[in-house]
Amino acid sequence: MEREVWITGIGLTSSLGEGLEAHWQAMGLADPPKPIIDTATMPPFAFHPMVPLDLDKQIPRRADQRQMEPWQRIGTYTAGLALDDAGLVGDAERLAQTHMVVAAGAGERDMAVDGEILQNVSKAPSPDEFLNERLGSDLRPTLFLAQLPNLLAGNISIVHKVTGSSRTLLGEEISGVSAVEIAWRRIRSGQGDIFIVGGASIAGRKDMVLQRAIGGTVWAGDPISVWARPDKGGGTILGSVAAFLVLESREHAEKRGKKPYARLSGVVSGQSRRRPGDARETAAQQFDTLGVTGAAPAAVLSGATGMADATREEQDLLAALIAEGRVTTVRGVANMLGSGIEATFPSLVALGALALSRGGFFGPVDETGFETKQAGVPGRIATTTWGIWRGEGLGLVEPAG
Amino acid sequence: MSQSIKDHRGRPVVAITGIGVVTSLGQGLQDNWAALTAGRSGIHRISRFPITHLRTTIAGTIDFVKNERGTAPALTLATGELAAEEAIAMAGLGTPGDFPGPLFTAIPPVEMEWPRRRALYDSANPDIPDAYDRMIDVACRTNDDFEYRSTLYGYVAESLADRFGTKGAPISLTTACASGATAIQLGVEAIRRGDSDAALCVGTDCSVTAEAVIRFSLLSALSNANETPEAASKPFSKDRDGFVIAEGAAALVLENYDTARARGAEILGVVRGAAETADDFHRTRSKPDGSAIIKVIRDTIDDAGIEMEQIDYINAHGTSTPENDRMEAMSLDAVLGSHLKEIPISSNKSMIGHTLTAAGAIEAAFSVQTIRTGRIPPTINYKIPDPTIELDVVPNQARDANVSVILSNSFGFGGQNACLIITAEPA
Repeated sequence: MEREVWITGIGLTSSLGEGLEAHWQAMGLADPPKPIIDTATMPPFAFHPMVPLDLDKQIPRRADQRQMEPWQRIGTYTAGLALDDAGLVGDAERLAQTHMVVAAGAGERDMAVDGEILQNVSKAPSPDEFLNERLGSDLRPTLFLAQLPNLLAGNISIVHKVTGSSRTLLGEEISGVSAVEIAWRRIRSGQGDIFIVGGASIAGRKDMVLQRAIGGTVWAGDPISVWARPDKGGGTILGSVAAFLVLESREHAEKRGKKPYARLSGVVSGQSRRRPGDARETAAQQFDTLGVTGAAPAAVLSGATGMADATREEQDLLAALIAEGRVTTVRGVANMLGSGIEATFPSLVALGALALSRGGFFGPVDETGFETKQAGVPGRIATTTWGIWRGEGLGLVEPAG
Repeated sequence: MSQSIKDHRGRPVVAITGIGVVTSLGQGLQDNWAALTAGRSGIHRISRFPITHLRTTIAGTIDFVKNERGTAPALTLATGELAAEEAIAMAGLGTPGDFPGPLFTAIPPVEMEWPRRRALYDSANPDIPDAYDRMIDVACRTNDDFEYRSTLYGYVAESLADRFGTKGAPISLTTACASGATAIQLGVEAIRRGDSDAALCVGTDCSVTAEAVIRFSLLSALSNANETPEAASKPFSKDRDGFVIAEGAAALVLENYDTARARGAEILGVVRGAAETADDFHRTRSKPDGSAIIKVIRDTIDDAGIEMEQIDYINAHGTSTPENDRMEAMSLDAVLGSHLKEIPISSNKSMIGHTLTAAGAIEAAFSVQTIRTGRIPPTINYKIPDPTIELDVVPNQARDANVSVILSNSFGFGGQNACLIITAEPA
């Protein structure tokens, strides 16, 4: 059994706004598109801040909001948008059959508590005992749950009543690919009819910058195009992004009279060892596997992060595919949204479905000239996501029907 | 040619051909099984870090696996590697460093730990007022690749994939205390879809740090029965007062039954059914009517295509928290009714504690061993029965019994419920 997988609901929030119309305005109609970047709050690190959300609209109980850290709030909120868009809100029967796959990061710290402790711990007669005492008295009991990765899914179940099943994948960028891939494979083979899948990541967090800075992965200084960064040492600019997709089998959608944005015709993932050329080879095979050919070329929404080696390799591959006529043009979506880590791949699929449903594409945002105008409407859109450290994934979105 | 076998829904049958286990009781299936069936506890006083000011001072830490880095991810990886190595060797599948299938790994969340945080802070420019700005300033000049990679969520699974040569992007996952079962379920689905003829499913969790103990303490989840560590975990007892946090890992090699038979592999057992539900009631508690747990048990029996009367042993989630054991017993009663009294049910956690992310995988491995040896591990520390829980908990002493169909339960924070039905071969 190989069933078609349709995208029938999309929730998308980012620095550009809330919902599909806001993203179409900012990325599809604005000429040129302009990103929203905060360079003042956390110098020298720029980031794309989340647009203010009226949380009450999707998370009506304040008690629920208080149980979540910001990444869970934006995720739960955005999952609500997707369910709403798919026409599932209040449909208790279908929600009880809806499976959930979430790609999560998490680990938000109470930085005030950490700061207080760090100031004094090394001066204490027994630093370890001091730490025990202070953590025991200063940590909020609810913080643990608010920083547990699977509690984004848990909150979506509680707030939106999705109870078919709930799985949380970990592993940074590639977990977003795997989440969509698992849902796609299960629907295609009849292991489930309807899924909500996605992720959420919030930028502007110093705890996250710290973890990434120690690996030299954060871009410091004025924001420039991801395609320009490899020649200047490379680095990522993080973005607040939450993206959720409702995926369902064509039969299931037709039966309930739901029109799709697009068809998700394939998702593949791989893990190269990242010796020079490895990732390019893996990704090149993925373009073959999904049938992106000269006869059926695709426009590409790339998740390139701006890390030097990976971005250079991906750009070389994409340039070669353009030269072969298999790819029409490329958009480094991080130039508009920032890098959304686990949310990257779901957001690219969402944007691909958006562009196809509007019969257009997004404008170039790239001072290097690598991104060119798309001539006409793309016939299909491919989405690439390579992890900063590991993992290569590719998706293909095509018009449904 | 051997005949192709399909299950009641026409799907490939999923065989278990290799298992590996590490718990506080020891390394390797044989040592663990000997200790477990002898009713021995692996719970002890914590020695890894000072216990002053902690409400709970006991755990089932793994202190015998080398951990030079001294961090939770490093120990989680090392322990997971030992389990995977044992399982793959037992299965005799593939060649070293070339496992012919995908990897599904349940891991605990990871983050930078206090010693590293302190070292950064203390080595930084004291004129920077904000603690995190100060650490970031020095981190930018540090470029510590190990620290960076090992605090990524992908680290443990990526490293396992490198070591064992599994295929495709490795999956890292968490469904809290149901994670180990979810890892197995993902493998079952991949084989049933025909995506692969084999899968390596691992649950590994060595994350007992002072902060982890404190976090669970703040949720009132842990036993405070510190005086006699080995007696603290007492599932289904009236005086149970919380779970005992513990470490461990298990790995299972799953294979398409037909291809496993064709290559002459010993079939240790079969994962015949799997199901999951999400509870929408509360972040740490089940729906009071047990409906989410009841549904997952029913769905698992349904997926396995068996009659509930065929279940002849239940490997309980049995955490020893007042809430879990009550809800688990109530929900089992709702599904199995009068038949429940005839089914022995025991909790491995009475001896190994709650290995959190790894628990579902470890308990699946022990379930397989229960079938293979015809010996049911006991629920130890069962001194004061809870009169509201009428179960045959296999109290205190292992029991010989012919077991061929096992229900293994796993429930977790965040409304996570997953169950497996593990049976003897032939399917």
